[in-house]
Amino acid sequence: MSSFEPKIITFLCNWCSYGAADLAGVSRFQYPPNMRIIRVPCSGRISPKMVLAALRKGADGVWISGCHPGDCHYIEGNYYARRKFTLLKEMLEFNGIEPGRLHFSWISSAEGVKFAEVANTVIDEVRQLGPATMFIKKGPEESAA
Amino acid sequence: MSVKETLGSVLIAGGGIGGIQAALDLANSGYYVYLVEKSPSIGGVMAQLDKTFPTNDCSMCIMSPKLVEVGRHLNIELLTLAEIQGVSGEKGNFEVALFQKARYVDMDKCIACGACTEKCPVKVEDVYNEGLVTRKAIYALYPQAVPLKYSIDADKCLKLTKGKCGICAKKCPAGAINYEDTDKTLAINVGAIILSPGFKAYDPSGKDIYNYDGSPDVVTSLEFERLLSASGPNQGHVVRMSDHGKPKKIAWLQCVGSRDINTCNNAHCSSVCCMYAIKQAIIAKEHDPSLECTIFYMDMRTHGKGFESCYNEAKEKHGIRFVRCRVHSVFGQATGEVGQIIDYLDETTGKVTREIYDIVVLSVGMEISPEVKALAQNMGVALTPGGFAKTDSFNPVATTREGIYVCGALQGPKDIPQSVIEAGSAALSAGASLTTARGTLTRALTPVQENDITGERPRVGVFVCHCGINIGSVVDVPGVRDFAKGLPFVEYVADNLYSCSQDTQDAITKVIKEQKLNRIVVAACSPRTHDPLFQETLLNAGLNKYLFEMVNIRNHNSWVHKDQPLEATIKAQEMVRMAVAKVALFTPLTEAELSIDQNALVIGGGLSGMAAAKALSSQGYHVSIVEKDQTLGGQATHLFTTAKGESIQKGLQELVSDVTRDENIDLFLGAELSEVDGFVGSFHSTITQKEHTTSTTHGVTIIATGATEYQPDEYLYGKDPRVLTGLDLDRKFIAEDPALNTVQSAVFIQCVGSREPGRPYCSRICCTHTVVSALHLKEKNPSMQIFVLYRDIRTYGEREALYQEAREKGVIFIRYSTDDKPVVEDGGEHLTITVTDHVLKRPLAIQADLLTLATAVVPYRDEKLAQFFKVPINDEGFFAEAHVKLAPSNFAVDGVFLCGLAHYPKPVDESIAQAQAAASSATRLLSGKTINTSGNVAAVNPALCSGCGVCEAICPYNAPSLITDGRDAGKARINPVICKGCGACVASCRSGALQLKGFEEGQLMAMIDNI
Repeated sequence: MSSFEPKIITFLCNWCSYGAADLAGVSRFQYPPNMRIIRVPCSGRISPKMVLAALRKGADGVWISGCHPGDCHYIEGNYYARRKFTLLKEMLEFNGIEPGRLHFSWISSAEGVKFAEVANTVIDEVRQLGPATMFIKKGPEESAA
Repeated sequence: MSVKETLGSVLIAGGGIGGIQAALDLANSGYYVYLVEKSPSIGGVMAQLDKTFPTNDCSMCIMSPKLVEVGRHLNIELLTLAEIQGVSGEKGNFEVALFQKARYVDMDKCIACGACTEKCPVKVEDVYNEGLVTRKAIYALYPQAVPLKYSIDADKCLKLTKGKCGICAKKCPAGAINYEDTDKTLAINVGAIILSPGFKAYDPSGKDIYNYDGSPDVVTSLEFERLLSASGPNQGHVVRMSDHGKPKKIAWLQCVGSRDINTCNNAHCSSVCCMYAIKQAIIAKEHDPSLECTIFYMDMRTHGKGFESCYNEAKEKHGIRFVRCRVHSVFGQATGEVGQIIDYLDETTGKVTREIYDIVVLSVGMEISPEVKALAQNMGVALTPGGFAKTDSFNPVATTREGIYVCGALQGPKDIPQSVIEAGSAALSAGASLTTARGTLTRALTPVQENDITGERPRVGVFVCHCGINIGSVVDVPGVRDFAKGLPFVEYVADNLYSCSQDTQDAITKVIKEQKLNRIVVAACSPRTHDPLFQETLLNAGLNKYLFEMVNIRNHNSWVHKDQPLEATIKAQEMVRMAVAKVALFTPLTEAELSIDQNALVIGGGLSGMAAAKALSSQGYHVSIVEKDQTLGGQATHLFTTAKGESIQKGLQELVSDVTRDENIDLFLGAELSEVDGFVGSFHSTITQKEHTTSTTHGVTIIATGATEYQPDEYLYGKDPRVLTGLDLDRKFIAEDPALNTVQSAVFIQCVGSREPGRPYCSRICCTHTVVSALHLKEKNPSMQIFVLYRDIRTYGEREALYQEAREKGVIFIRYSTDDKPVVEDGGEHLTITVTDHVLKRPLAIQADLLTLATAVVPYRDEKLAQFFKVPINDEGFFAEAHVKLAPSNFAVDGVFLCGLAHYPKPVDESIAQAQAAASSATRLLSGKTINTSGNVAAVNPALCSGCGVCEAICPYNAPSLITDGRDAGKARINPVICKGCGACVASCRSGALQLKGFEEGQLMAMIDNI
């Protein structure tokens, strides 16, 4: 299990958390290369479908990060994101997805350190859970078997 | 004699950040700019910095888009290696004589490949790296330089000095080397001149007390900045220069070449050194947390926005040690071992203590070079005794010669945001003197015809950037490039050393045309900084600018996975695969064009608001001022004199009279905004005065709502009439209260309500204000005993002279600490103020007739206004600007600007400069008459819309509405001008009828498919 390296889809809002990831880079804060970042204008842009798609396409974890409450560049998009995510997470847990695969955070563009810290935590947690296979779409032969 | 014609052009001398900002402001508001720079490339000192305080943003990252914008600007002509020799003529039509050194490299031919440098046999001290390493005699100033063209150091080149060598000419593939090039003199006619030559860092060599000449381990702060920089001589690894050993202890010595009339003649405070020392210590510790960092200082001067909290974090979070002591000298060890000896007086024990440091950083101050001083004198620009340009507080960037303006360090020692503010102020002032000639000399771009790519199969071009070694040293860039070649729809791949450099941009333009590419992916740095640059490249190549995607393989990859090159390369490849999948689904987007209403609204009728209104009016625009009080003037109505001794009441009256008589300015007194609607170019505001309301439309808004004075509840304030605030005392000065003449003993207490837990910021103005007041009292009664109880005296810049004068005149300064604050008691005939003296360490009881509390400047925290214009307020209650360094007078929201105390506490001259800077930014918008909004907006497919109205309910900007009539009645539509492109409605649409252009569901899903 120790050799398993997970793949994590990370959705970052352009104004805060993407900026934090940029700053982590500028500051050279190191974290493992397991994440694939998708930049969105606002965490409010992310629909639950995208999280499901990520799990179906073989991502072992999903991390969504937006601006701190009150800091949203679009005033309240991050609140919508939080609401959607909370419901989705509960539903996925009900379906057997481990809670440690889904992460949500608020990170401002000045928090490079926090970005690297959360990145390390997310990657560690997902790594310990091993590969996510539950939602991976199987071919017709496999389903028949 | 004929009256000379007014010219619509401006010459700016000095291509640092101030000159760059002024050039952009002017060139974008209808004036042709000559930017004269004495080195081979623009950028100045900011280009040498690793990071900028207090946010530790990467200096080059935030600056390079501006460098490139200047380099590409149609109305800015760069004259490098050039200096002013003389100026004749007058405001409106100057003739400037320039001397331009030969470059020996043809700028049109040089492709900046670096083949010449590689083979050049001559090694020269590298000026950009502060002489820590060598470069060649043929060189580019720095990797991101603009213009990125090589030049030959004529004093060192073998061919030019001895007629031998000539290797570079043989190696140059472009035939750009020209040994026959000659120095030139040029004469240029312009309407106005802005001086922004910047500062010279104090040179500690020859002063043996610092051991700077004696050991390479004693470095100046600029040298240390290069050591910290990833692009510096040691790739950002801080080492002892003597043996390249890893340091354990680093000391910073403050005030080297500042506040010093003993070893040099620099009486002024350089304003920036405390903050940069803190910044350097934090960064050094971030590189190596085990490092012990000590800063030896006299007064910690962290008086800017966000500075005090940075200082507190340095102490509490980063464990940086601050020792209050001006260290006399630095010695090497007698044994010859590495390590520098510092003896200092430990205040807690009262004993001299010895410590050994691996590196000693001399926090060198700013001074004006003798050449610049001579030039200023030659031009008729008067200087202060300290050598800075003489200006008036109410006209802070005008020199003593009409038509010549100044910004940046020549105006006085200052940091980047203040330089940027003055650059805006100087641009505004220069522009206002030439309004009749606006637009007469500027050139317009004939827009490149956009190719219609409808129906074309995607042809994706992928450009992978090395970013020097920033990416290339970790990620296998050629490997990523080759991987991209095999991806669907990819027709062309390339790797570039610096994708952002001007010649690469031109090369990309060429390739797009030749290869008929119709989608572009650049794998380099952050789209947050570089999207606009590459989008412009697409435009130049005739492509819609939205057919572009950036992949951040630097900040999100090479910089954060430096020990895992293999995994980093795989990640980069997959990131490129995701981007290619997304970009293939892009379609050209259109931008809504918006006309800018030519009226402005200024909120606040204080000094800043009036100055902003007057500035806009001088540019020919109509302005409305909304002031909540019945009179104009704001806090300035209570202020006595500026630090330079000018009467504020006199200046204020002149301004009020100018504004009141100005036909371009409408005044709304006793008024406030009750409703605001609309957006940049077309705001609709309702102004309410008692029962009366007025509706107004304005294209731009300037927020100048000011701040107020803290009303303390300590030190007997409000309980004893002898206890005043700073403003109370000024009111007595203005009223010439005779009671002041009989005061025998006066005390000032500093930092009342500032730098305390509830209000952690420094109020910036109080130290100077107190010192000025103390001097006024001394003038009234030279025998008056005056005590100033302070924590750090922060008389920054040339205000330091006042502090010196006050001490000379016998004002006694006693330091207190927050855990032992002064105690004020009513002693009957006198007030008794007890304070522990910092030298004697004994309580001292002072009998005083007058106690003045230097109280904090408190922001109004105007949430309603913030809601109206959707602008942020920071934790402290001040409005938060778009960028602390480079956009201090702008908001992130288009068309809304900021100045004065609403931004942060500041004195009169800085408030007026910022008002003019805000007006300058507003002028850029107004003079353009139209702007294009983003193409990344939401759109409805009415065929799918069920008319549920969720989008309408969710949008914070009211962009969606339900169509009321016609075929699509009941369905949603989005106003593209109001839409900010957040996508909240899109993610919430139950019917999938909404799409966010550029972030469509299918496009994001394609990325997920390709992880």
